Amino acid sequence: MIVTLLSVVLILAGLVFFLGAAVGLVRFPDFYTRMHAAGKGDTLSSLLVVLGLAVWRLHDVHGLAGLREHWSILLVILKLLAICAFIMITSPTATHALMDAGFEDGIDPVIDGENNNALHGRRAQAPPADS
Amino acid sequence: MPHRALIFGLLMTTWLVFSGLFDGFHITLGIISSALVTQISSDLLFDDRSATLRDRARQGWRLALYLGWLMWQVVLSNLHLLRLALAPGGLAEVKPRVVSFRTTLKTDFEKFLLANSITLTPGTITVKILGDEFLVHAVSETAASGLDGQMERRIARIFAKPGGDASPARVSEA
Repeated sequence: MIVTLLSVVLILAGLVFFLGAAVGLVRFPDFYTRMHAAGKGDTLSSLLVVLGLAVWRLHDVHGLAGLREHWSILLVILKLLAICAFIMITSPTATHALMDAGFEDGIDPVIDGENNNALHGRRAQAPPADS
Repeated sequence: MPHRALIFGLLMTTWLVFSGLFDGFHITLGIISSALVTQISSDLLFDDRSATLRDRARQGWRLALYLGWLMWQVVLSNLHLLRLALAPGGLAEVKPRVVSFRTTLKTDFEKFLLANSITLTPGTITVKILGDEFLVHAVSETAASGLDGQMERRIARIFAKPGGDASPARVSEA
């Protein structure tokens, strides 16, 4: 019962963060800030959903004796945790790659204030003529 | 040689967890594949072969502690984002800027870890790494002020040689 409740809470929390990411993706002003929403909102929400599934696997294990009986469940949980680890590595890397690609493709960030753009003049190649 | 044993151990553990079959045939297959991969590509992992296994164990432990701290930062980061996206006055706080700073971290792995950590912490994403220089997009001024070198020092501490300088001073701030 507690296990079910915990996994439902984890998955619901994940969905709330997904909602935040989706709303942010629509509301934020430019490509770069939208990547904040898409790149960060994904990480925690996927982790929470996967963790919720890992906890769910425990729901027919009763006590330590049950764990000895169903020890192969631990393997499933370890695999789910491995997915978490991969998300932790790949999500920021993909976000970074998209930010870099957007910058090199000539998308200018919306900047608040004049002297806050360290990107200025840092492009490896000239932006395309139509931008 | 100790590094090869370590890599073989890591690969074999992964094999056992992912296969979940503990009969002689599958374990033999695992040993053969792990040995083959260790033989062919063990030089892809761990640059500095002078470190002892003891050093590696210490680094591994510190890395685990760091990842724990990073998980907490991920939670903060997502709460921050949730507030910006959904709170009534949230959008007004979006004042994006791009800042640059130089890092004292040397190896590629340290830089990779710093770049990914910056991306995971609240309000900041690494756009580019040019040699020592990091270009970071921050969603607001408070987010940008979070890049005060604390994370860099934490990373430097993970890979510090015992007895070496554990907290390199920051070179410059842009």
